[in-house]
Formats: sequence, C-alpha cells, structure tokens
Amino acid sequence: MKKLLSGNQAIARGAYEAGCKFASAYPGTPSTEILETLAAYDEIYSEWSPNEKVALEAATGAAFSNARSLAAMKHVGVNVAADPLFTLSYTGTRGGIVIITADDPGMHSSQNEQDNRHYAIAAKIPMLEPSDSQEAKDFTMRAFELSEEYDAPVLLRTTTRIAHSECLVEIGERVELDRDYAFERDQAKFVMVPAHARARHVLVEERMRQLAEYAETCKENVVEERKTDIGIITSGIAYQYVREVLPEASILKIGLVNPLPRRLIRDFAARVGKLYVIEELDPIIEKHVRSLGIEVEGKPDEFRCGEIGPAKIRSFILGASIPGASPAAKAHPPVMCPGCPHRGIFHALNRLKLLVMGDIGCYTLGVAPPLNSIDTCVDMGASISHAVGASHVVPPERQKAMVAVIGDSTFIHSGITGLINAVYNKANLTLIILDNRTTAMTGGQPHPATGRTIKGEETFRLDLVNICRACGATSVRVIDPYDLTASRAAIETATREDGVSVLITNRPCMLIDKSAWNPPYRIDEEKCSACKACLTLGCPAIVDHSTGAEKAAPEINSLLCTGCGLCGQVCKFDAIVPRETATDTTR
Amino acid sequence: MKTTKILIVGVGGQGVILCSNILAHAALKTGHDVKKSELHGMAQRGGSVTTHVIYGPKVYSPLVEEGYADVILALSNDEIERVKHYLKPDGVIIKAPDALPGRLKNPRTLSVAMLGLLAKHLDIAEDIWLESIRERVKEKFVALNIEAFNIGKEQEAINKE
Ligand code: SF4
Ligand code: SF4
Repeated sequence: MKKLLSGNQAIARGAYEAGCKFASAYPGTPSTEILETLAAYDEIYSEWSPNEKVALEAATGAAFSNARSLAAMKHVGVNVAADPLFTLSYTGTRGGIVIITADDPGMHSSQNEQDNRHYAIAAKIPMLEPSDSQEAKDFTMRAFELSEEYDAPVLLRTTTRIAHSECLVEIGERVELDRDYAFERDQAKFVMVPAHARARHVLVEERMRQLAEYAETCKENVVEERKTDIGIITSGIAYQYVREVLPEASILKIGLVNPLPRRLIRDFAARVGKLYVIEELDPIIEKHVRSLGIEVEGKPDEFRCGEIGPAKIRSFILGASIPGASPAAKAHPPVMCPGCPHRGIFHALNRLKLLVMGDIGCYTLGVAPPLNSIDTCVDMGASISHAVGASHVVPPERQKAMVAVIGDSTFIHSGITGLINAVYNKANLTLIILDNRTTAMTGGQPHPATGRTIKGEETFRLDLVNICRACGATSVRVIDPYDLTASRAAIETATREDGVSVLITNRPCMLIDKSAWNPPYRIDEEKCSACKACLTLGCPAIVDHSTGAEKAAPEINSLLCTGCGLCGQVCKFDAIVPRETATDTTR
Repeated sequence: MKTTKILIVGVGGQGVILCSNILAHAALKTGHDVKKSELHGMAQRGGSVTTHVIYGPKVYSPLVEEGYADVILALSNDEIERVKHYLKPDGVIIKAPDALPGRLKNPRTLSVAMLGLLAKHLDIAEDIWLESIRERVKEKFVALNIEAFNIGKEQEAINKE
C-alpha cells in the first residue's frame, strides 16, 4: 500500500518498521513531526526531552542497551547535542542509533542555515541523505542496519523540502527484533577515559575506511545513465530539481554523503562530457571531487546562500534567466497571533524603552514593529547570558534598563544554567519568563512544566517559580500579561531592584484551548477618536482603515479576535468594548 | 498526460494547507503521482503561506519552478504579486471574486470554495473532489464545506491580470 507521507512521517514509519524501540527529540522546525508521528506507535517509547543533548544521551543509553533508537533534531539542535555526538562516534553502539539532523536552507524557520554534513565529516560518522519521502523511509531503515554493522551512530540528514514535502511511500510491516535488551558491561567500549578512547579512535578510523569502501558499491549511491554530454553529481532534494530541469542528463546520485566514494566518482566522470556538482549550501561534494584531481564545475558562490531550487540550476547550467518577483511584491512577515499573551509584555517593554535580550520562540516576533522590542536573538537560552555579560560591562545606571525575555520551553532547554550564572556571578538584570505552558512556535508540544508527556500522560509538573528560587533569585513574581497596567508596574519595579529579578507570566498560548477565548471585541465608531493607540499593540485582528492623512476608526476582525481585552485597555476613549455575543461558532 | 503544477497562496490561518491537502489527495485518487510542499513553524504565524502541489505521471521536484506554474490559486489577492513570476506564459491566476465571501454561510469555508473555482480548470472528477473533501474536513463541517465547494464552482473566476 502506498501513502502520501511527508519526509518526517516517512522517517517515523521507517523507524517503526525497523523495530525501533526508543525515540527522543526536542521540537524544532523542520524536524518536529518525526516524534509526533512516532508517539502514536505503542511499540516505541518516545519522549520530548528538555533539549537535544539530553535527547541524544537518552537515545544513547537505549542503544547501549541493545535497542534500536532514534534522536531527532533541527540543524542547530545538533550544535547542542554535539558534545555527546562526537564521543558517541568513538564508543559506537550495540543497538542501531540514528540521529536525524533536519537542516533549513533558506532559513524558513531558523536563525542560520548551517550545512550539517560538516558534522558527519568532523565527527567521523556515516551520513545518509534521502531525496524524497520513500528514500527517507528506506534510508532510515538502512541507517539502523549500518549502525549495527559498522558499530557507529548514523546521521540522517534532511532539509526542509524533504521534511515537509509529501510524496508517495510504500508502507510495510514492523519487524520485531529478536534480541535481549540489556546493558552489558564493556568498559573499554563505553568508558571513554583517555586510554580507552585512544584505542577506540583507531577503530573509528578503520570503520571509516570500511565505510568508504562500502560507498563505492552501496545501493544508496546510484548511477543513472542517460545522455553523456552532461554528467551531474548531486544529492538530496537537489536530485529532484536536476531531474526536473535536465531530464536527459546522466546523474550520480549520492545517498551516502559521508564518506564519499572515490572510484565511483572517477568512473562516472570518465563516462560523461562536462561534469557538474549540484548540491545545496556548501560545496562539500564539489571539493571532494576536486580533491580527486577531477575537473568539475560547481555552482556559483552566491548559490551557497539559500535554497538551490530548479530555477537556479536552469540558470547555472542552461544559462536561462531566473524570473524574479516584482519589486513591488511584499510577503507578509509572520506576526504574533491575535490574543497572544506575549503582546502586552512587549507593549510595556516598548513603552518603557528597555533593551531586550531575546531568545528563540514565538516571542522573537516581538522584534517586528510596532512592538519593536527584541534586541538580540542568537541561540536557545542566550537571552539571560547576554544580559549577564552586558550587565557586567555597562555602567550601573544602564544595567537595569536591560531585560532578558525567554519562553518556558526555552528556559527549560537551556536558560536555567544562565539564571544560575546570573545569580552566582551577581549580575544586575530582570528576567521575564513568558510562560505560555507549551512549545508554541513548533505547534504546541508539551514540556516538563506542562505536566504532560508526549503521549499525553500526566506527569510531574516542573514549578518555574521554585526553580528560579532554587537558582537563588530572591525576587520572583508571577504576573498576568493580560493586565497591562499591572504588568508594566511589575516590570518597572523589577528594573529598579538590585540583583536578579524574575517575572513569570501566567497565561497559556491561546492556540492551546480555543474554548477559553472570550467573545470578540468591537470598536464603537461614535466614541473612537481615531488616535490609533490600539494599533500600537500590533494585533493582526485590528485593521487600520486610515488612508494617508485621512483618519478613520480602526475595525476589529471578529473572526480573528480572541477577546483578550488588551486593546480595550489601551484605548483612552472607551471605544473598544466586547461584542454582546460571539458571532462565530465554528472556531 | 502532462504534469500539472499549482501554487496556492494566502496568509496563515486562511486554510491554504487544508486546500492543498484536499487537492493533493484528489489528484492521488485520480491515479497521479503527487508531490506537495509546504512550510511549518515560523512560516505559519499569520504570514504569507505558499504551498506547491504538482501531479502527473511522474513528479520529481516538489517545488514549482518560477515561470512554470499552470495555475496560481489565490485565497488572498494581496499575495498574488509575490508569486506572479511563478506563472507560465499561458498560466491562469484564480482570484476570489468579490462577491464570493458574501455568498458563503461561513467565511472559514473560503478555501474550500476556492477549490470549487479551481476544479473547473482541472481534470479531476466531481465525486473525487467530494470524497477528498469528506476525508480531509472535520465531520461536522463536511456539509458546510461541500456547499462552499459548490458555490465556488458556480463563480466566474477573474483569471487574468
Ligand atoms: S485606541 Fe480607541 S480611540 Fe484610538 S483609534 Fe483605537 S479605538 Fe479609536
Ligand atoms: S481583544 Fe483586541 S488585542 Fe485582543 S485579540 Fe481582540 S482585537 Fe486583538
């Protein structure tokens, strides 16, 4: 039976059919749906871990105990998990362990577009890269086998267009593995003290030599012979674009992107006229081909940025021009949802003209005008540490004008150590934890402070107030972000205190429970003075009707309004009032 | 049989993803190879949304190439300018007629009504469309959406700039 599956669903299906027993992840676009799909299988233990490092370590423990295990993360998540990854390469494994790295060329939902094939090379780990959902499933299954055959963790790299494109996939049955699940002591293998690690490194090098041999003949590397005037070496999603643009060209499709074959490439190069390498992001295959002394044309340097896409390939090889969007065209940037509990806090931060060290999550959208109140965004948990560093160098009167904002899930991921550092090293700062009780940006996954597991089971609920107190923060207050005046007053108080002050908001993401929405608000045109104060909230439900100098009362779109009431609080003319009844019953 | 390449554009929350799911499954039921590409995460927070649906005997790229789209289906007219360069020279842009939202019992069914307009340009049988809608829409909204689909089919699309 064939089904339309995204790359992420196909990876989950592959893991399931391969007898995978353990799966862990921290949510991150474009990888999130892998664990969400796996969680539906009763045969697989699955978990949202607090961060990617923990996810990989937990998967490692399962793999050391002979289970096939999988850890999934987005490309930047591998940075967090890099510490265990590099040494896991040395220990090798018992049960197959597969690490999914979901890269995001084009940065659709990421802060950089690093090419994670470099990790496979640096950590000396085999890496597979599928070019569609069927291969995503097949390669996942093969990755478990390779991991066991070569005693190595295996990386499987996807990109956004593989992860989030749906294609037909053949569905098979799960094979339950007949093996003992036990951790068998083997200190020389699993205890990486220097003496053991030195011996393991020799084995790692030997393993990579064997895998390089495997690369010459493996099923994952495919030669497609067609016309021989042009030959293309390609991998991943770029293969599909090449097939689209150059249906007649001969292709060497690389599925095992680390280690790369040598003889296979030499033979292919010898059989074709002009040789090209088409790969997204960095010129990794291109450099390898050149290192073999083979003449090859790689993509222009500017194509290292962003997705490669069929049009770029057409322009590069066939010299066609790329049709561009008209200069007048503007994409609507993503915005904070109507009724978002973060909005009021950013409105207050904006009014108070504070510097805001930001973090990774929905609230990063607070950077956009009119809220315009995020001043840094680099990596998970960095807000607090940025504020600590800044507070130690700027003059005292500026220190408390500095605020760190971080979401609940991000705080648990890697903000707690930042807070410990802030208190321990006597920083002077205000931390606002925007607790909306979910991992909202990725679609609302539970985490330790939600009290629910990925399978929806009840569990211990981490208490953020107590965590902050235990870290040594003495001033910890819970605030209602829907109360503008109180929130602003609390921020002002916190920024006047010495030392580390923590404010924790207490309203859930309004996407979690739509039944909690209030009736929508409306603007009474009689009372409205068209001062536009309500528009400073940047709520997408409030529509500006003024044109040029012409003033007009704004309007509230009742389909979008969640009735959070913030706009009613900023209107000085009492023009914004709740509608008597909800007009829309379908949401 | 040729390959058909469709872009669906709108803003987050309009139902672009639902729309492309119904289309992709309708094409699948018709016996085509299908690929569909969309974005999740940051790209879904009320901002511009584009999905690509391609079907035919054998589909390679899940992305429509600039200059090769047969149809652009626009749930929001503001989004057309942004993707117009994807259209092939004799391609078709399907916009929502001004009168359409007013004819719908519920404005949230606009995306499915737009499929009704799209259906007139594609070789997919009526019963397959309906089956695909039934499978993809929450049960209690099926009747409402089928009605919207039929209203969409009655509309005259404004399809040239
Ligand atoms: S804040 Fe009140 S008076 Fe000012 S534009 Fe908005 S609704 Fe009108
Ligand atoms: S009450 Fe006002 S601020 Fe809140 S969602 Fe509705 S329009 Fe937006």
